[in-house]
Amino acid sequence: MTEQPKIHSIKRVIDEAKDARTFVFYGQLDSSPGQFVNVWIPGVDEKPYSISYQDDEKFAITCFAVGNFSKSFNGMKEGDKIGIRGPYGTRFTTSGIRNAVLVGGGCGTAPLAFLANELRKRKVNVDFIMGARSNEFLMYHERMVSAGVNVHIATDDGSAGFKGFSTELLDRLLAGKAKDADMIYACGPEIMMKKVIDIADRHGRRCELSLERYMKCGFGICGQCCVDNLGIRVCKEGPVMGKEIVKHIFEFNKYKRDSSGKKVPFYGSCN
Amino acid sequence: MDNYTDISTELCGMKLLNPTVLASGILGVSGSSLANVARNGAGAVTTKSIGIEQRKGHPGPVIITYDQGMVNAVGLSTSGIKESLAEIEYAKKHAGVPIIASVFASTVKEFGIVAKEISRSNPDLIEVNISCPNVEAEFGRPFGTDPKISADVTKIVKKNTRIPVIVKLSPNVGSIAQIAKAVVKAGADGITAINTAGPGMVISIETARPILSNKAGGVSGPAIKPIAVRCVYDIYAALKEMKKEDKIPIIGTGGVTYGNDAVEMFMAGASAVGIGTGVYIRGIDVFRKVSYEVKEFMGKENYGSIASMRGIAHD
Repeated sequence: MTEQPKIHSIKRVIDEAKDARTFVFYGQLDSSPGQFVNVWIPGVDEKPYSISYQDDEKFAITCFAVGNFSKSFNGMKEGDKIGIRGPYGTRFTTSGIRNAVLVGGGCGTAPLAFLANELRKRKVNVDFIMGARSNEFLMYHERMVSAGVNVHIATDDGSAGFKGFSTELLDRLLAGKAKDADMIYACGPEIMMKKVIDIADRHGRRCELSLERYMKCGFGICGQCCVDNLGIRVCKEGPVMGKEIVKHIFEFNKYKRDSSGKKVPFYGSCN
Repeated sequence: MDNYTDISTELCGMKLLNPTVLASGILGVSGSSLANVARNGAGAVTTKSIGIEQRKGHPGPVIITYDQGMVNAVGLSTSGIKESLAEIEYAKKHAGVPIIASVFASTVKEFGIVAKEISRSNPDLIEVNISCPNVEAEFGRPFGTDPKISADVTKIVKKNTRIPVIVKLSPNVGSIAQIAKAVVKAGADGITAINTAGPGMVISIETARPILSNKAGGVSGPAIKPIAVRCVYDIYAALKEMKKEDKIPIIGTGGVTYGNDAVEMFMAGASAVGIGTGVYIRGIDVFRKVSYEVKEFMGKENYGSIASMRGIAHD
């Protein structure tokens, strides 16, 4: 196998939410939910993105305009060409699950949307808690409803669904309607995922999380995404990890490293 | 196979339980990653090259592979000296194997500063990277292509530290033996050979552009192994000429993927082998695998030690 970008042309652009666009490509990527690809925009840069949709003939990536790269990605049109290499990394467990609860925060809903579709194909009952700042940032709602997913919405400002944290909804669901849940999947800000772990522990449920760190190679060589103190690679031993491993990642919900390798705290200081 | 075959080796007075060394630039950003590589069997580990000031490196893509190896131009990203000291201190405490601190600088004088600063974290060895091929636009031709400048860098680093100094050489020179002699005369305690070859280039034919953002990048992996073996052979011959072969170890680096590759390196004159691209090809436990295969070969062919194989391909 050769780790070089394959050139794909964009077949469709979907306005997913404010600042978010989904780019659809034809071709078989052969990825599993949770895995990611490196997207190359010639002359700009290359960055990792999770897969937000995949079927037998196409796949999709959702991009949020936050920095230089994502802004130029979001400015691309149907017919434009980009390079894609991968898929890389670990996948969410999809076998042996009967009742699943998914908790997505912000752009973390992207890999979970792909997962939700896969779980529904396997006749799993899926409750999907989507957290967003406000109504206009919500994604995949109709797609999820038409796949038979029970969608629960939490927004910071109450402009849609529950006003408050997605994790509060999770706690309630596990105590009530989703009391039979045998797996919780989460992707989003680490402060959210930390709460998800605590809640999963309290309710005694299995839990898998998808982490994000600065990556360069994507295939386990450069060491940029290794996490303290385990030293494991998020691109290779992750991005999807069970909560028992994540709990042992010292830097989780504290800091991450930038492209130079310098520690950048999520809040305040690195310790 | 004899399980008790001794595969330990020595680098500048430092004992390595096995002869595999994590090469610089691979999995060496943080102390915890270095410790993880040690847990996967490396006999010693080398940091990613450290510079004084923080650098982001080149935009992506910075690392790609092709059917015979890897091409990279990361562009000397570094968190800078202060952060790096903490990473080395962590590795020293937790890796349980010798730590080699790789350093780079943009001027001869700055090499002295980085050597002095890095010594505060007390690494077991300092590896001087005078051979990075990927920052030419910014830094000019690598110092390692000129014997005089290579010697000057070695001298100033030696002057600024008490820690043993190994110099990492570039294969992209007319005579690597000449450079090796120059750095040994200047006081180098060991040599790592080789840094990446080329530089090379891979073009995406659908977009008609080089894939690496730096356009060119250093070539590593199985494709460069014969070059690396020849370089180690030439350097060992030069050391013999100087009657220094017993004092100056060589870390043979370039395409070492299997135990037999390591044995070739020993026979050419290496005391230990660096492994980088092999991590991609065989996984992070490539160190354990190569050690096992070396041991197996030695048992079968009745070699009692790494030292007994060193340089035996020479007349």
